[in-house]
Amino acid sequence: MKMNESQKVKIKARNVTVHYGEARALHGIDLDLNANEVTALIGPSGCGKSTFLRCINRMNDVIDGCRVGGSVSIDEQNIYSDAVDVVELRARVGMVFQKPNPFPKSIYDNVAYGPRIHGMAPSRSELDHMVEVSLKRAGLWDEVKDRLSASGTSLSGGQQQRLCIARAIAVSPDIVLMDEPCSALDPIATAVIEELMEELRRDYTIVIVTHSMQQAARISQRTAYFHLGDLVEHGQTQAIFTNPENKQTEAYISGKIG
Amino acid sequence: MTDYSDPDFRAARLKKRYQAEKRFRAYGMAAIITAGLILVFLLSSIIYSSLPAFSHHHVRLDINISEDYVATDTPEEGNYLGLVRAALRDHFPQVTGRRDKRALYKILSIGASDAVEARVKNDPRLIGTQISLYVPLSDDIDLMLKGLIDRNLPESDRIVSDRDLAFVDKLAEENRIERKFAFALFTNGDSREPEMAGINGALAGSLWTLLVTLIVSFPLGVLAAIYLEEVAPKNRYTALIEVNINNLAAVPSIVYGLLGLAVFINFFHLPRSAPLVGGLVLALMTLPRIIIPTRAAFAAIPPSIREAALGVGASRTQVIMHHVLPLAMPGILTGTIIGLAQAAGETAPLLMIGMMAFIVDVPTEVTAKATVLPAQIYMWANNPERAFVARTSAGIVVLLTLLLVVNAAAIYFRRRFEKRW
Repeated sequence: MKMNESQKVKIKARNVTVHYGEARALHGIDLDLNANEVTALIGPSGCGKSTFLRCINRMNDVIDGCRVGGSVSIDEQNIYSDAVDVVELRARVGMVFQKPNPFPKSIYDNVAYGPRIHGMAPSRSELDHMVEVSLKRAGLWDEVKDRLSASGTSLSGGQQQRLCIARAIAVSPDIVLMDEPCSALDPIATAVIEELMEELRRDYTIVIVTHSMQQAARISQRTAYFHLGDLVEHGQTQAIFTNPENKQTEAYISGKIG
Repeated sequence: MTDYSDPDFRAARLKKRYQAEKRFRAYGMAAIITAGLILVFLLSSIIYSSLPAFSHHHVRLDINISEDYVATDTPEEGNYLGLVRAALRDHFPQVTGRRDKRALYKILSIGASDAVEARVKNDPRLIGTQISLYVPLSDDIDLMLKGLIDRNLPESDRIVSDRDLAFVDKLAEENRIERKFAFALFTNGDSREPEMAGINGALAGSLWTLLVTLIVSFPLGVLAAIYLEEVAPKNRYTALIEVNINNLAAVPSIVYGLLGLAVFINFFHLPRSAPLVGGLVLALMTLPRIIIPTRAAFAAIPPSIREAALGVGASRTQVIMHHVLPLAMPGILTGTIIGLAQAAGETAPLLMIGMMAFIVDVPTEVTAKATVLPAQIYMWANNPERAFVARTSAGIVVLLTLLLVVNAAAIYFRRRFEKRW
């Protein structure tokens, strides 16, 4: 694979540890994630991949008794330093969750919420524009343009998840984190979202947690395999899937464990 | 050994299971029907015994508003009672003795002059003319006319004497007696005379008290619940506070009355018998009953909504104000209104601060002397006059109606704010 500009390191994690109370969930993770790539985090349940993902936008902060050690840098700035405001950070690092979780508000308000609270749209017409662009990018515009005032929860599961993606990208983040975004969706909706990720990769850095090996293989450029709180192996997706260095990785990928 | 594949055995099992399900259903139905019948019996007996209170017998008198009794320039100082009595006397020219006259006057209510007074004050030009006006009869005569006092009993066994009966019968013969709707029940304050006693004073007292309760306990309760549920760290101190709040909800209400007496009246010297103090006491009592359901409403909001808001960069306050609070609102309102409904029916804490009192005036502010509906009902129940029996039931009907309105409001607001996801 040729080295090009797009392989600039966006997120740099160094010796990241996470404790939930006394239990240690991550044992010192070192991982670089490249800009404009999709990085898939795979591994059996409870391996710490979601925990790691939530370190990147400090969503672990809201969990009682959760402590994060080490450093995570985005564009060379440690997001765990006191100088970083967590609210601004989360505007730069969007997140899409496992279960579609639109607000019980209208489709329009769902997408407009982020720009509104960050004061990004001074006028109604600019806000309208932002909503339209975000929905178009999420591939939802044509399906909902006539019923923007309908409730976000009235959409189908796949549409809801794309609405959540539109909501996340409406605040123009650099990075989009996705925590098993397709696990609650049928294969057709999954395919739509996977196409979308390929599309979004041009503008965003995407980190995705997935339980589906095929999905990781299809959509990601890089893959990191976690096991029991350790990063076992990471590298080019092709390399990991065709020629894993580690026995554990091979066993997991080939379906022998997990 | 049982053969589970035996069709007979399985058919028997199936039959048994169906029967068990049928029985279970029947028990449930029986429970509901029993509860329903008890409720119907209770309500119908209260409503039935309250019916006499909603009407009252009046007598039509031709009243000469003579200047002997009411001066043209000072109608407010007129002797209206004398006026009414004179009019009554005119119908019974044969009554001359002092005693007989006094007996005659007694068939009228003490409040009979009020109607005339109101009429004349409203239109002073009536002075010097004759008007025909319905004035209320006394409570005993009214009961007798309603058939609640048996006139066939020997005279010694009934309140209404033969002489009174003769007076009333004569008026009835002249078609002067009519049963009318008892507006006094809804417009008057309390009175020693049953036919003049109204629920308005107690109703106003209850509403003022509840207003104070709502204003104090709703913001305090909701803010306390938000802080405990959403902001406060989960540690030993918050756990202690939580346990105490749960215990406070179970404290007997009279204890709050004692506290109110000691703190609000003896220490802060707030007025006794006032809705202000009553409202504060009931607010203390209602606080845990608002905090607990409010916290439950917050806890019931799915964490995914919070995560979604945090994920797009909402601050903690924004998450609460934009998402959690609006979604929890139906639960909060339901809890608040049920807490208020409980407070509306509370008597014990108000005993201690002097709201169980005979108060004639309808309160118009929170520092005026007042009583509340349940206290009024209790006081009427204790009065010896028979006509208060119906009044007591009527008071209960009014209290139940108030609670019904409050609960209907709860349902309305819950529907209104409810959002599905």
